[in-house]
Amino acid sequence: MKTGLQKFTEKFVEGLLFISGSITSLAVILIVLFLFKEGWGLFNETPVEKGSVIALNKSNPVQQLSAAQVKNIFDRKITNWSEVGGNNDSILIFSVNDITNFYSEAELGDSLQFVPQRISELMGKKSGIIAFLPTEYLAKNFEGRILPLKKITLKGFLKGKEWFPTAQPAAQLGILPLILGTLWVSLFAILIALPFGLATAIYIAEIADNRVGKILKPVIELLAGIPSVVYGFFGLIVIVPLVQRTFNLPVGETGLSGALVLAIMALPTIITISEDAIRNTPRAMKEASLALGATHWQTIYKVIIPYSISGISAATILGIGRAMGETMAVLMVTGNAAIIPHSILEPMRTIPATIAAELGESAHGGLHYKALFALGCVLFVMTLVINLTVDLISARKKYSK
Amino acid sequence: MAKDYVKKPKVMAKEVNLYYGDFHALKGITLSMEENHVVALIGPSGCGKSTFLRCFNRMNDLIPNTKVTGLVMVDGKDINDRGMNVDQLRKNIGMVFQKPNPFPKSIFENVAYGLRVNGVSDAKFIAERVERSLVQSALWEEVKDKLKKSAFELSGGQQQRLCIARALAIEPSIVLMDEPASALDPISTAKIEELIYELKSQYTIIIVTHNMQQAGRVSDKTAFFYMGELIEYDDTKIIFTNPKNTRTQNYVTGRFG
Amino acid sequence: MNPDPAKIHRRKQLSQRLVFALFTLMSAAIVLVLVVILGFIVVRGLPAINWGFLTKMPENGMTEGGIFPAIVGTFCLVLGSMIFAFPIGIMSGIYVNEYTNDGPVKRFMKTMTNNLAGIPSIVFGLFGMALFVNGLHFGDSILAGSLTLGLLVLPVVIRTTEESLKAIDNSFRIGSYALGATKLQTIRRVVLPMALPNIITGLILSIGRISGETAPILFTVAAYFLPKLPHSIFDQVMALPYHLYVISTSGTNIASSRKMAYGTALVLVLIVLALNLLANALRRYFGKKVKMN
Repeated sequence: MKTGLQKFTEKFVEGLLFISGSITSLAVILIVLFLFKEGWGLFNETPVEKGSVIALNKSNPVQQLSAAQVKNIFDRKITNWSEVGGNNDSILIFSVNDITNFYSEAELGDSLQFVPQRISELMGKKSGIIAFLPTEYLAKNFEGRILPLKKITLKGFLKGKEWFPTAQPAAQLGILPLILGTLWVSLFAILIALPFGLATAIYIAEIADNRVGKILKPVIELLAGIPSVVYGFFGLIVIVPLVQRTFNLPVGETGLSGALVLAIMALPTIITISEDAIRNTPRAMKEASLALGATHWQTIYKVIIPYSISGISAATILGIGRAMGETMAVLMVTGNAAIIPHSILEPMRTIPATIAAELGESAHGGLHYKALFALGCVLFVMTLVINLTVDLISARKKYSK
Repeated sequence: MAKDYVKKPKVMAKEVNLYYGDFHALKGITLSMEENHVVALIGPSGCGKSTFLRCFNRMNDLIPNTKVTGLVMVDGKDINDRGMNVDQLRKNIGMVFQKPNPFPKSIFENVAYGLRVNGVSDAKFIAERVERSLVQSALWEEVKDKLKKSAFELSGGQQQRLCIARALAIEPSIVLMDEPASALDPISTAKIEELIYELKSQYTIIIVTHNMQQAGRVSDKTAFFYMGELIEYDDTKIIFTNPKNTRTQNYVTGRFG
Repeated sequence: MNPDPAKIHRRKQLSQRLVFALFTLMSAAIVLVLVVILGFIVVRGLPAINWGFLTKMPENGMTEGGIFPAIVGTFCLVLGSMIFAFPIGIMSGIYVNEYTNDGPVKRFMKTMTNNLAGIPSIVFGLFGMALFVNGLHFGDSILAGSLTLGLLVLPVVIRTTEESLKAIDNSFRIGSYALGATKLQTIRRVVLPMALPNIITGLILSIGRISGETAPILFTVAAYFLPKLPHSIFDQVMALPYHLYVISTSGTNIASSRKMAYGTALVLVLIVLALNLLANALRRYFGKKVKMN
């Protein structure tokens, strides 16, 4: 009887523990599911917010326009239909507010009840017209032709050079500048952090005597513990002006400022993991090198570093991953300009910073909202690739031993 | 012949004491050995024989809180002298460790390592020396077609012979061996022993071993250590057949160990 | 040897001395960076901190008054995510280390934990918003924020537990089995008590992580300005890290809220510092105790 109960308890607890053990898998699956569910919806939509349409004259042979073309038309960079595959006819841009240029107040009715009718008339009359209209202004027998915009594609999303999700009439959803901004800032950060991190790891593991190491390790732990928003604050107040003054720039919020802050933040990761890898080098291997007359330094760079190179590369890649995903500090110091970067001294905008800055102001379920989730998916995939690479490196290291 | 005995000893230790922190690991060891001899250091685990071996190339420096007193002379020079170039000393003294410990490099680069770290850059010279060392360590025939392959691909016995080749490549005059065959199978062990026998004509060899038969087979002289003391040091023949000390006798006959 | 040995020796020694000096300098530079950051925040923040700052509501467009609601909010979030993440994380760690053998199940679970740990915090924010705020209709609330933060810190808890359990020598388990104890009894009476000091130390450090995270709470709980205290887990709260972000970048008057920002930054740093010191003290205390045994 007692053993029966005991056995049941054992099994019950094991089941409970198993459920807990599965929670991370469940969480990862849920995260993927929700992220992609919300993000993927973007690729079935046209870049015009719901409730609005773009309309042309019926005689206009143009069948489809892309978001970029629409933007150029409304920015008056394209002024003739022939530039987008139509007739040689100059483009007339029309929006609801312009109606008073064409009709008197009497013609529109005292409570503006005739506006849809008048718009419809106008659409029928002007051959070169392009109109951006709320759907409530579409008359029943609308004389224009509603133009379908090209649907947003994954390729266009990834390769598009312009990020302006709130642009009217067509949202510009190209994330290339954001991807490049993320890569520039994080790669520069690692470029700065790696030499210092590696030097410190070697110093702690090989050069410093134990007492110094015992002081340094908590210092590094503390460095890892400081919240990113505090780093951002420090960057904003100290590093940004410093960068501005040093390079004599109009603004200090640049990719370099972000990279510097991120470099400080990435140091603990690089130092701790590299130090572990260096310490894992068998003593016998070190001794063999010294016994052949190599100096300590020769031993370090000819034997210890090659031996621990997989650990060091794992640390580096992990550092890049952390830097790519870091949000607050970057948001606060990089200037957040969504343009394709040409120099590290320009303001840049990263993917996480974009999400953090814009999600609050996007309407739930709208185009912008979905685009930010799609951005989250891109970030997720980027960091996943990094994590799997690290896993692969560590697995291979075990194998080679 | 008689003249040889007058000549200065190759290696000499006088009243050597060694402390790891508070632990007195070597207690007043005095011993000398001649050129081109093989000396075996035997004794139970923890008796200080490996520690003593590591005094000759100052490998004990690497262990924190170690203090050495007394005199260790190699080629008539006090190696604990402040002005001693430790890396140069180690260049002249090859060392082979208990477990094979090749570097994470190719077979060729493993053997070339000692030359490279000591400033040799002449590729032809290095290639010749690598070949000669591998021939000396009886590994050449087995590896000559795969010199670029990683040293980790070799078997344990081959790796150990590679480590011997690595030690020989810088032409040391003394070779220290710390239980070089303890991690190997009997066939590899036999090969290593054969090798030691052949190397004797050119090198002075000090070998630490657990294996009584091995000491008997390869060495000219044997030193028996016990609890950090040198109990007895004499011709190997005498140690194994007619030792003066009863503890030595008990040990070599296998009554304790 | 063909080259002149003395020359080679000098060259070897010189390069070693140069490189080691360089490495020492670079390590010192890192310590210097930390000292500058901490020193800067302490020196500028200290004048801002007084009893009123810690206990008053923010006033006058967050340029005066205190940060009391943010302190309370962060405390609620820390507590909430601890309640969620600690039990599940510890249980998960026990399962992975004690109940699985080296095989596909263990590898899968570990990979998933690693992946979860590698997900950027802003993605947790997105997920928390999609699932807890909108999907489950918790709205912007302590509950949604705590669950999001809890999920973020879960891998840390699991790994801490796992590492601590792994450090317990197998002989203790075998000894317990030999006395007829079951697996559960062995874990509860032998393994867990021995691993507990390390687990606790790790958990303390993870509290620091929770209290400083901003991105996950941006869209799940954090309020820009809310001068009252929460009444239920469905209320929004202010939080220290978000408050610092807000008043240093987008406050109504950035210049005049600087002092408040320094003070908030210092409070955040002090929390992390205190937790680190506590963890180190515990480590030393338990370390001594183990040695005495």
